[in-house]
Amino acid sequence: MDWHHVWPVVAAAFLASLVEFVEALTVVLAVGTVRGWRGALAGTGIALATLCLIVLALGPALTQIPLTYVQLVVGALLLLFGMRWLRKAVLRAAGVIALHDEAATFAKETENLRGLALAGPGWDKVAVTAAFKITMLEGLEVIFIVIAVGAGPGLLLPACVGALAALLLVVALGLALHRPIAMLPENTLKFAVGVLLSGFGTFWVGEGVGVDWPGEDWSILGLIVGFLLAALAAVQLCKHQAARPLHPTGQDAS
Amino acid sequence: MSWLKTIIAEVWGLFVDDGHFAIAILLWLALVGGLLPHLGIGPVWLGIILFVGLAAILIESTVRRSRS
Repeated sequence: MDWHHVWPVVAAAFLASLVEFVEALTVVLAVGTVRGWRGALAGTGIALATLCLIVLALGPALTQIPLTYVQLVVGALLLLFGMRWLRKAVLRAAGVIALHDEAATFAKETENLRGLALAGPGWDKVAVTAAFKITMLEGLEVIFIVIAVGAGPGLLLPACVGALAALLLVVALGLALHRPIAMLPENTLKFAVGVLLSGFGTFWVGEGVGVDWPGEDWSILGLIVGFLLAALAAVQLCKHQAARPLHPTGQDAS
Repeated sequence: MSWLKTIIAEVWGLFVDDGHFAIAILLWLALVGGLLPHLGIGPVWLGIILFVGLAAILIESTVRRSRS
């Protein structure tokens, strides 16, 4: 396997999955801390088993669809997904919207869970459901990301390796810390992931509509650099716009 | 089944946050993929036009949001 060819795929799957797993860990930790670990781990386990079934059911079906159609549809979805992340990261970097805070999310989740009645003997349905929901949701996102960035020939395995590495890292950090992983620069990660996914999405859509990319797969790197520059320019423009004084009528001063 | 509805809504939310932004991306993809090849634009230029349009959509959407 050519490392120069696959590293953007591994990096994109790793970073995007890392963000998703960190978000899932925050809620599972909150459930485990407040409602007990039996329900939290059961909900997480059921969701993981369901996700495995989805992968086993959809995986072979995807290989039956012509690659051009897969790249076109997956590329379009990846663009919607990646550019949505990038847009939000740009607005957060420019100070237009508030940064996401894992510690605050953990505090809010624990408060919500404490407000619910405690379970009697047997399974705690609240704990199982809460852990199941968050693991399913974030897990579906990871599956989509892995399929999307691995949509090229021979790229699915590197994408899986990236996502698995992220899972192992988050589980290890969760076991070691027993608290939300709030020290990661989440918006910087999301900014980077948004740039990577937008680059991949544009490349796959281009492949699907018959674009002749100069340098073939190397164009992905060019697209990534292009989206990075566009996003950095957008941050500066947004900061400039946000700092503009308004007339009393609410209109721009200029 | 409220959890299922929640998951479906959340999955939709993965792709669509700002409706105008999502529609602009899809329209641009449709234009580049469906119309421009019929205007005799070469396959290399098609890629450049695809990227430039998407970058412009990103910048316009974020600047518009920061104004509001």
